[in-house]
Amino acid sequence: MSILSYNGGCVLAMKGKGCVAIASDRRFGVQTSTLAMDFQRIFEMGPHLYVGLPGLATDTLTVHERLRFRLNLYELRESRKIKPQTFSAMVSNLLYERRFGPYFVEPVIAGLDPVTWEPFISAMDLIGCPNVPEDFVVAGTCAEQLFGMCEALWEPNLEPDSLFETISQALMNAFDRDAISGWGGIVHVIEKDKVTTRLLKTRMD
Amino acid sequence: MALFELCGIHSRSNFKTTEDDHFNGEMDSLNIIGNPTQLALPPLGCPNNKNLVDEHGREMKINYDHGTTTLGFKYQGGIVLAVDSRATGGQYIGSGSVKKIIEINDFLLGTMAGGAADCTYWERVLSKQCRLYELRNKERISVAAASKLLVNMVYNYKGMGLSMGVMIAGWDKKGPGLYYVDNDGTRTPGQVFSVGSGSLYAYGVLDSGYRHDLEDEEAYELGRRAIYHATYRDASSGGIIRVYHIKSTGWVKISEQDCTELHYQYEEAERGSK
Repeated sequence: MSILSYNGGCVLAMKGKGCVAIASDRRFGVQTSTLAMDFQRIFEMGPHLYVGLPGLATDTLTVHERLRFRLNLYELRESRKIKPQTFSAMVSNLLYERRFGPYFVEPVIAGLDPVTWEPFISAMDLIGCPNVPEDFVVAGTCAEQLFGMCEALWEPNLEPDSLFETISQALMNAFDRDAISGWGGIVHVIEKDKVTTRLLKTRMD
Repeated sequence: MALFELCGIHSRSNFKTTEDDHFNGEMDSLNIIGNPTQLALPPLGCPNNKNLVDEHGREMKINYDHGTTTLGFKYQGGIVLAVDSRATGGQYIGSGSVKKIIEINDFLLGTMAGGAADCTYWERVLSKQCRLYELRNKERISVAAASKLLVNMVYNYKGMGLSMGVMIAGWDKKGPGLYYVDNDGTRTPGQVFSVGSGSLYAYGVLDSGYRHDLEDEEAYELGRRAIYHATYRDASSGGIIRVYHIKSTGWVKISEQDCTELHYQYEEAERGSK
């Protein structure tokens, strides 16, 4: 088993009309044994900016703290909120610094531009190769299943409510085919004037 | 050919020629119809190798269906068997509705853990043998004899990679019988067994609630709860929880419930009791 799937877990993000959504499961385990069902792998990095860090749990925590540190310095120095594009470059840079001894996380970034409110999503591999598509991004132990669900369910210009429904169905049906993801889900829908966070009631096996 | 024989090499071992060996290969595969316990051996090398090797000498990893929780226990009212229904290949969930209790005949049940193909195949062969015994001897086979038939069959393939951990349970002249059989050739009778990757979680619940004088309903609920807790903690167990009861009149299916349904039911009950 790969070190990226030692603890299990998955994250996905989707674009909508004037909104973005990011979702993940809540399992923390060691191989097949489930230890916690309230693990946080999506972090709020600003009022309209979220990052998900699926992969090795110890690196999820470390990378989150290092990103928080760099982001604080950036916003102090610049006296303004960071753009999601800039933050994505910052994550990519942090990961590539460890090119030959990487952090075992595959980040997913979702946010709205603080000036234009333009939706933004991106994802990266563990050494920081960015992927900035127009529709959705997935990462984690059930990435194949997530791709399948997203290709089937996603459509352009979803309103926030439909986007929530779409991302939740994609997430739940994907991780129900994966032994080491699941045990609850969390979804954040990010709009210009509010962020809605919901916990999903899911299968617990 | 004379030199071959002098050197002790059999022409049918590795030095295969073209046509007539194709024919022999066909004949080998027909053998299985006459004698289902005679399986084709690998074409090259020692079958005792733990892993198969490809043409570059790299180990070939086969993801068999693994990961299971099954349990069975004897009590005052007979035997309860309970199982989950998840089949995984690696971390991928291949199915959530497998039947892991195999109905050998009206008085005998077998559970499956380990390789799904191995268990289904050998327990089907076993059910044929049991039926033949019944026809020859005009009486049902005992649980002890049935489990011994199975263990003798798998013992012939010891070290060749069969993977099975099964319980054979039934009711015969001596009353209820429960045996554990596995691919090492282990065969042992007992009161309480749990087999599979989730068995440790199941034992935890089972041992804390087990008594010989359990009432029927209590026994079903104990088995069900033990499997439920295993599906909750073990990533490779889940799906539908099936419970069977074996009594003097044969086996009966007690319940088949989705473990998600049970989870929220138990959660509700927990909240009510607080």
